Amino acid sequence: MRLLSSAALAAVLAFAAGGAEAYTIYVTNEKSNDLTIIDGDTLEVVKTIDVGQRPRGITISPDGKELYICASDDDTVQVFDTATMELKHTLPSGPDPELFVLHPSGNPLYIANEDDNIVTVVDVVEHRVLAEIPVGVEPEGMGVSPDGKIVVNTSETTNMAHFIDTETYEIVINTLVDSRPRFAEFTADGQKLYVSAEIGGTVSVIDPATGAITKKITFEVPGVVPEALQPVGVRATKDGSKVYVALGPSNRVALVDGATDEVAEYFLVGQRVWQMAFTPDEKFLLTTNGNSNDISVIDVANDKVVKSIQVGEQPWGVVVSPE
Amino acid sequence: MTTSMLRAGGAMLLGCALLLSPVTGAAQQAKVTLRTGILKVLPERLQPISRMDEAPEDLGFAGAERGRDDNATTGRFLGHAYETVEAKAKAEDAVAALDAMLAEGVRAFVVMADAETLLALADHAAEAAPEALIVNAQARDTRLRSADCRANVLHVAPSRAMLADGLAQYLMWKKWDAWMLVHGDAPGDVLMGEAYAAAGKKFGATIAETRVFEDTEGMRRSDSGHVLVQRQIPVFMQRSPEHDIVVVADENELFGAYLPYRTWEARPVAGDAGLRVRSWHPSHESFGATQLQRRFEKQAGRYMDDLDYQAWLSERVLGEAVTRTGSSDPAALKEYILSDAFEIAGFKGQALTFRPWNHQLRHGVLLADGRTVVTVSPQEEYLHQRTRLDTLGLDEPESDCDLN
Repeated sequence: MRLLSSAALAAVLAFAAGGAEAYTIYVTNEKSNDLTIIDGDTLEVVKTIDVGQRPRGITISPDGKELYICASDDDTVQVFDTATMELKHTLPSGPDPELFVLHPSGNPLYIANEDDNIVTVVDVVEHRVLAEIPVGVEPEGMGVSPDGKIVVNTSETTNMAHFIDTETYEIVINTLVDSRPRFAEFTADGQKLYVSAEIGGTVSVIDPATGAITKKITFEVPGVVPEALQPVGVRATKDGSKVYVALGPSNRVALVDGATDEVAEYFLVGQRVWQMAFTPDEKFLLTTNGNSNDISVIDVANDKVVKSIQVGEQPWGVVVSPE
Repeated sequence: MTTSMLRAGGAMLLGCALLLSPVTGAAQQAKVTLRTGILKVLPERLQPISRMDEAPEDLGFAGAERGRDDNATTGRFLGHAYETVEAKAKAEDAVAALDAMLAEGVRAFVVMADAETLLALADHAAEAAPEALIVNAQARDTRLRSADCRANVLHVAPSRAMLADGLAQYLMWKKWDAWMLVHGDAPGDVLMGEAYAAAGKKFGATIAETRVFEDTEGMRRSDSGHVLVQRQIPVFMQRSPEHDIVVVADENELFGAYLPYRTWEARPVAGDAGLRVRSWHPSHESFGATQLQRRFEKQAGRYMDDLDYQAWLSERVLGEAVTRTGSSDPAALKEYILSDAFEIAGFKGQALTFRPWNHQLRHGVLLADGRTVVTVSPQEEYLHQRTRLDTLGLDEPESDCDLN
């Protein structure tokens, strides 16, 4: 089911190779303490490099020159030069960094420190902490509004989305969502915020202007026990028409119609799917499957899973270099 | 030594100051305050055979305090404050301790007591303060979830039936379905032995033989105790019918730990020794549990035990209800906790909810040896029309309690 015929796959890949600028896919492997580098054209693994302990969150600078990795068990953020893949330096991250988000301008970096109930703001040029913002218990998900004015943090035991003003570092809105919120994703127009609740089994659609929940998306797959449908990563296409939700141990990714916020389809991917990233041309969506040690490649236009790529042990995060 | 301790103290003070100082624009004056009475009834028990199993002074209380502080972190954003009032009492003084808290206006309680004392407290509270709500964080007696259930009690502690079913499912998954059952002669051991036998019957295991380990009070450790034990245990276990595993019930930890490596036949041991069935284990790291472990260890300076977890979860159940209802009225909290809307995350990989018929919190159980978690039950092969968690403990038709 998950594999296309080789001819069809070759066609897809040829199309991808012909149509897009070269880009690179980076995957953090939480258990094997390494980073898998995948060529965006061939979708083949080109290199694996050792990084810090328990690498999880991963992001890249807007110019594609710096790769940021949360080395959670080393209590640091590692910064790699993407040209050489040499470790340039580390950033003061606060303890046990798990997820972070870069300001759209490329600076600063907002880091969730899950052991200390704070969000740490770090200047990536001067390598210093600008602020520590107390949030709820077990901060995890980090999202930034397209205009960079608001950073949203989710706290997994407090069950809130905290809206933080990036100028004053003050929390301006707190929205209670369902149990164990894991991820926050703004649409590119800034009009909607999606917050997943892993244990609650829902994705809240939030109006960022007011913090009000306008809808809760629920999930149902025949033959899958409801408690396995655990939403984690969320990604929306730039036009907001397609929203993808990774559903953890159900091994499914839900496609949500961005116009109605109703589930349109479920894709079977690898085991325990958590985080996702689009390629810059939005042809493909890549999913990290922690328990099958691979990433699945979803063809966005044709709504199909076209490939799985073996990576390291327990892949956690994925990011793709910009065009 | 002294310097590092001072530093630790300083760090703690800093942490407190951070919590108390107004935080951003979000901190609010407390509009709602929940005061919870944490009442622990001191058990009269012998020393466990391993000094590593001696109970810390703050066992249970440390968990409740962690839960209170987690609730308070959330409460800052909502104008909700949380306080605890703690008391330790002997069984005969428990009702007086409850009365003292009631006199202070406390109406929500987390109780760590044996079943008999818990029932006395619940019945006294029902008379003295009908609105008061008691959360049972310790008593495992299955009868409290059946014939002896009470409307003013919620059970966060797992019942013996839940624990035994969790073990039985895994042993059946391993195809270790012939059990040699050994239990002590203390009342709790007899009940736990019955729970294992019932679980065996429920999931298809055969009890090859049941033996009672008597006079456990004489089994305390001594200077050269191992010499005697090494000879006694094989004799006690010899001439047993064919079996795959020894299942032992020894709630007071007075003899069970002597079984592994000393049995007549080379068989693994499970239950209250060997592969132990528990609600929590310090090595549990799945489902984000590491975060709670670290948070607890930072505060308590030791590992989190089952009773700490159950007290933490009891506080969190109350706190979650305050968060969602915006009220600290125990009647409103109870109504919400027992409603379909209630759910809580307890690091067991799925939402935890209450069984409306007997007020038992559904949660998974851990099977752990001394150092690692071996598995978490329910095993995924055991299905249920409502939730797989209802394959553990008394399902609605099995319970003589009807609080629906």
